[in-house]
Amino acid sequence: MYPRWLWPLSALPGVVWLLVLFLLPFYAVVCVAFGSVDPILLTAQPAWNPSQWNAGWVNHVLQLLAPGNIYWDVFIRTCEYVILSLAGCIVVGYPVAYYIARHASRTKSLLLILLVLPFWISYLMRMLAWINLLSPGGYGLRFLSDTGISSLLYHAGVISDPSNYLGGESFTVILALIYGYIPYFILPLYASLDRIDRSHLEAARDLGASPFRAFWHVTLPLSKTGLLGGAVLITLPMFGDYYTPNIVSGAPSTSMIGNQIDLYFHGGPQPTIGAAITILLSAFLMILMGYYMWTIHRASREVPV
Amino acid sequence: MSEALATRPAEDSFGLFRRLRGWLGNPWGRPRFLVLVAWGYVVWSIAPVVIAIQFSFNDSRSLSVWHGFTTKWYTSTDPNIDSVFHSAELRGALAQSMKLAGLDVLIATPIGLFLALGLARWRGRGSGASNFLMLFPLVTPEIVMGVSLLLLFSHLLTIVPFGTIAQVLGHVTFSISYVVVILRGRLFSIGRSYEEAAADLGAAPATALSRVLLPLLLPAIVASAAIVFAISIDDFVISQWLSSGANSTTVPMEIYAATRATPQPSTDGIATVIMVITLLSVVAGVLVYRFFTRGESGRGSAVNDVAGFGI
Repeated sequence: MYPRWLWPLSALPGVVWLLVLFLLPFYAVVCVAFGSVDPILLTAQPAWNPSQWNAGWVNHVLQLLAPGNIYWDVFIRTCEYVILSLAGCIVVGYPVAYYIARHASRTKSLLLILLVLPFWISYLMRMLAWINLLSPGGYGLRFLSDTGISSLLYHAGVISDPSNYLGGESFTVILALIYGYIPYFILPLYASLDRIDRSHLEAARDLGASPFRAFWHVTLPLSKTGLLGGAVLITLPMFGDYYTPNIVSGAPSTSMIGNQIDLYFHGGPQPTIGAAITILLSAFLMILMGYYMWTIHRASREVPV
Repeated sequence: MSEALATRPAEDSFGLFRRLRGWLGNPWGRPRFLVLVAWGYVVWSIAPVVIAIQFSFNDSRSLSVWHGFTTKWYTSTDPNIDSVFHSAELRGALAQSMKLAGLDVLIATPIGLFLALGLARWRGRGSGASNFLMLFPLVTPEIVMGVSLLLLFSHLLTIVPFGTIAQVLGHVTFSISYVVVILRGRLFSIGRSYEEAAADLGAAPATALSRVLLPLLLPAIVASAAIVFAISIDDFVISQWLSSGANSTTVPMEIYAATRATPQPSTDGIATVIMVITLLSVVAGVLVYRFFTRGESGRGSAVNDVAGFGI
């Protein structure tokens, strides 16, 4: 009923927009990273023609990333922070999502609203809130020392100064990352747990499975999509994060890869090296990005047309 | 009598003990452990923000020790106090955030609407690649987008000045995909039968689109506009990378700068103001959405609406 040219034409403005302002910028990063640096002004000279690309700067950064060199520590630290934060999100988030999906009946709507609420509060404000809590005399600091958690953490070697959580503690950065990203993890997980048909569980119980076995063999495998989806959804931005460590720590000892990129653009202007790190980071994350795009694509296909 | 009175406390504490043992002995039996974790999480996720709001009313410069209630951090005209509504810097940041979010909604919503329609129904060469391209901004870390747009505007599209124009272009770029994902879901659930019925009854294609499909899509258009407004106001990374300095500072950039120097109660205050604006826009979006989809059966429950708004 509609002319055939209508739908491609309708998509055209958006596709052109994304080509010019999403794909072309990516090409610019590659050209800067594989370009050269003006020897006097130290500004980046991008190489627009792929035949003139020079891998010198990317190789330079790759060498610095090798074990024992300066970026190796940053890279390992970033991986540690991301993995520990992800583990924290799973340990806290799975029971919460499970409870709301399976057991909360009267309070389900209220809990869901409270679950979604952090989405609409600025990430920066939620980080600022922790500055309030952990400043000298703050409620959070007093709670941690009154309950003995501070001295416990201090004696366990997790923190180095129980009176100053904001002076470069890895513990605070990981806590802030968990606090910042966990809402984005719980919601897709909740959605997949909520979709599980209860008759599967009833069948497992009828056939003699213990509650634990039923969980392990039925609920957990059926929630795998949401678990992986949520994990990838928060892993990607965590790898590119630089503002969280800057806000709650600011010390070089907690710097992540994102902080290095930020420094090369906003600190000492060396955009060529910054662009090279950006390229390597994107390449490193490509598998995760591909997986996540595949799941979104598949989810949109499942909806009946 | 007196004996009975004397034994009662013991009985009570024995009952309490038994109850406690029942609680801890089999915490998995009924999900009591899970109740604690779920409500504990909710309190943990909201309480810090509530405390930050509280300290925006603190009668002192401290962000952590309470000295009594005041509204001076919002309304004072004292030049020594950077109040939210009178400090030129904070007012400028509020205005810039609102301006970016408004322009983002006005540009990204129509482009996303046409892109969603096109991608949902266009079956031909290039449609697969376009779908792929549309999903990419959703998974790209913001810093990568920030770097790439910065380099684009400083080396290739040098006619675009940094500041408001570059920031709007950046915000629209990451907002389009959200609009498309929301609208495409709605398009699939509407299906084509209504338009086909209109065509069978003699409607021209343009009439079927404007009188049938557009009203059916309206709630999702409102929802995506509210979401674009909220994510644009919350955005920090793209705004920061594409800013031109003091005159294009947004509220999240202002908060970031304050936390790296000395945050004041007015920093909590401006964060509170922007939070209230975001929540009002989302509530308005939900109400309009509910109003338009009232009477729809099945999937239109409040719970799904709320969950759907978090994407």
